[in-house]
Amino acid sequence: MNSGVLFAFGGLGLLLIGGWALVLRAHLIRKVLAINIMGSGSFLMLIGGIPMGGDALDPVPQAMVITGIVVAISATALALALVLRIAYATGKPALPEDRDRDLMDEEGM
Amino acid sequence: MSNKGNSGEPGLLLHAGLALLLAVVGFGVGRTLFAVPEHPGLAALVEAELGRSGVDNPVTAVLLNFRGYDTLLEIAVLTSALVGVWALGTAPHIRESTPSPVLIGLNSILIPLGALICAYLLWVGAARPGGAFQAGSVLAAVMVLFILSGRRPRISLPSAPMRVGAVLGLAVFLAVAIGVMGAGHRFLDYPVELSGALILLIETAATISIAVILAGLFIGGRPEDEP
Repeated sequence: MNSGVLFAFGGLGLLLIGGWALVLRAHLIRKVLAINIMGSGSFLMLIGGIPMGGDALDPVPQAMVITGIVVAISATALALALVLRIAYATGKPALPEDRDRDLMDEEGM
Repeated sequence: MSNKGNSGEPGLLLHAGLALLLAVVGFGVGRTLFAVPEHPGLAALVEAELGRSGVDNPVTAVLLNFRGYDTLLEIAVLTSALVGVWALGTAPHIRESTPSPVLIGLNSILIPLGALICAYLLWVGAARPGGAFQAGSVLAAVMVLFILSGRRPRISLPSAPMRVGAVLGLAVFLAVAIGVMGAGHRFLDYPVELSGALILLIETAATISIAVILAGLFIGGRPEDEP
């Protein structure tokens, strides 16, 4: 088992953890974080999945991941600006259907 | 929302359904990772064509030459993200405060050093790891440090240079991509003998734009004198 397999499955794990939080957490900043974690997971899979078939130093997926990271940063910044506007406008950083929920998840799951 | 209690907290049904969905996705993707047949990858192809790309670093060659579309659209995404943030409102006011002397002292070292590192990363990108995005992020960090050391209630950069800087990368990239069509090449198909210089030109413009855009995203709103 080489390190590529480890990266790929670690990435898959991050993807699933992010998906779980994205659906269940009500606080919008947590949702943005969840999307970021899912994104990091898919980058890891893209980089780590390559050694299963090809060369670990393949520049094409590396270039695609750099592009992906930059796009993820700009999307995150836009999402955070939107979260701020929602919080100013409604007083709570949550979607309309989540407005009554406990945003801090104080009682655990 | 399959199950809503009085508080709107997700119910057991939603937890179970989501767990099942994620388990299926995890199993499917995990199987696919092992099912991918052995393939040589594109490293050899990139290596073979590297001589015609105008740079010596394969990642830079892929980013700026072989898959130039990706990078062009990426800069377009960055520019539109800044436009989106500017559309949401002006930059937020912050409390006027005196920056810590440690920050000011550190800045007098970090800002010139950061500018130097930015120039080095931009130049070395042609041959070794580095390039426009890395250099742009370092320059953006310098700008953020500069903003943080200012003692004013509204964080900002000069607005007119900022507007120009934000679109410079996209404009230069598009001008080069379309310009080579006049010489009988296809869109983004640089002439072999000029490709090194054209890539450096695009990367320089992109570095400035990326830095301005990232700093603008940090500021989180348009400059106040913007209509």
